[in-house]
Amino acid sequence: MSGVLDSLYVYRRFLGVSLRSQMQYKASFLMQLAGRLLVNSGELIAIFVLFDRFGSIGGWNVYQVAFLYGIVNVSFAVADAMSTGFDLFGDMVKSGDFDRILTRPRSTVLQLGGQELTLRRISRLTPGIAALVFAAMNLELDWSLANSGLLLLSVAGGAALFAGLIVLQATLAFWTTETLELMNALTYGGVETTQYPINIYRPWFRNFFTFGVPLATVSYFPSLAIMGVPDPLGTPLWFQYLAPLIGIGFLLASLQVWRFGVRRYMSTGS
Amino acid sequence: MSSYWAILSARFRSLLQYRAAALAGLMTQVFWGLIRVMIFQAFYRSSNAEQPMSGSDVETYIWLGQAFLAALPWNVDTDLRAMIRTGGIGYELVRPVDLYSYWFSRALAWRTAPMLMRAVPLLVFAFVLMGMSPPVSLGAGLAFAVSMCAAIMLSAAMTTFLNVTMLWTIAGDGVMQLTFGLIMIFSGMLVPLPLFPDWSQPVINAMPFRGLVDTPYRLYLGHIPLSEFAGVLAHQLFWIMAFLIAGRIAMASALRKVVVQGG
Repeated sequence: MSGVLDSLYVYRRFLGVSLRSQMQYKASFLMQLAGRLLVNSGELIAIFVLFDRFGSIGGWNVYQVAFLYGIVNVSFAVADAMSTGFDLFGDMVKSGDFDRILTRPRSTVLQLGGQELTLRRISRLTPGIAALVFAAMNLELDWSLANSGLLLLSVAGGAALFAGLIVLQATLAFWTTETLELMNALTYGGVETTQYPINIYRPWFRNFFTFGVPLATVSYFPSLAIMGVPDPLGTPLWFQYLAPLIGIGFLLASLQVWRFGVRRYMSTGS
Repeated sequence: MSSYWAILSARFRSLLQYRAAALAGLMTQVFWGLIRVMIFQAFYRSSNAEQPMSGSDVETYIWLGQAFLAALPWNVDTDLRAMIRTGGIGYELVRPVDLYSYWFSRALAWRTAPMLMRAVPLLVFAFVLMGMSPPVSLGAGLAFAVSMCAAIMLSAAMTTFLNVTMLWTIAGDGVMQLTFGLIMIFSGMLVPLPLFPDWSQPVINAMPFRGLVDTPYRLYLGHIPLSEFAGVLAHQLFWIMAFLIAGRIAMASALRKVVVQGG
């Protein structure tokens, strides 16, 4: 137990240092924040523009899609903020900086996770939360204990799943010494895909994001249960409640692959 | 002009060194295009209302957008940024060329080379497998080609302007992010501009960003008729000049009080 507390303490110190250093350049920081906010709100603006023209998509209205958008973007923002170090990992392998991390008496996951909490990454949270609030105000949801719990679980499962993807992407760098742009298609492309209901896509694509990279299990299925809408794809209610756990399982599996990679790591030697 | 060709060919050769990265980028964009096409198809299936643009036009618009994505002014020149930070900019100042024209040529090459690398395979893919339609007429094709050249010039003019602002801010990330946000929303990359609400059209049409994406693509589709070609081209040229002049003034005033970093 003291090990966990100690890890949390170190993590908090890492974040404090990172935030203080970014606040040194105030004007640049504020402009960046405003810009990021605009970029990250773009997709939400697109949703409003399109619903203004078309009214609905695959039987979903704008509030329901805003709800999905909120879950997916809040999940991704949390995962993204916690795993910056993994994002930059390719460079660390190339430069040999990873060797330094290995010599320190803390786990690699903790050190990379606490590497840098860039404030601009949090800017994705704002439109995500705004969309959730907007949806909740208009949807007349039943905030029972089960439903509130399911919302938290699906955000947690989503964050875990995205974090798992980012960790896997970094793990590839052990072999390729290059983080692959292709993996961005899965993270950013996954956000883009799952902010709309998965039933609108062609079956092969839908199956890919349900069974391959199971992003639908942390957004689409639990959202149906929370909104009390029967699934046009016909999944049972119990599955919709348990589906977000798959995201957490995905992260645990990714961390196993990561540990395997660390054991096999050979320094580039520079 | 000869310096431009030299920069362009150097940029091409360095890009060709990273073939795997180019292929990965290409596949990412194909994937991205597929997602967007499926989303728009679903919207068009969900409504019977008359739309300002047909579903198949939107699909072609999306594939054009993926093909020419790299031409957008989406980042500052990282080499120049490094020079401004380390003081290497001093060497730029002693080159026997007009610095602003040189930076503009650099930006033009910086946008053109990666765009050409991706556009050709992506267009082939979209034509053969995705049922993308050719230009609506020969005239529309020619108008598209001219307008696309103007779009790249506009992109380079905006890039140069943003690069010049780094002489003040050193980092440049803030201005870049803001501009990038505006481009994403108001160029047509996210949603084809005709689909924006009717009341917003006059504002969107006045802004420079449509000249990067929407103007050439709609000429291609015949959605902007040839009779309006001169007008929309004039709009693009106006904004190219505006950014070039603003950039030149900004650079002149920055260089009067430049502090070279480092030693």
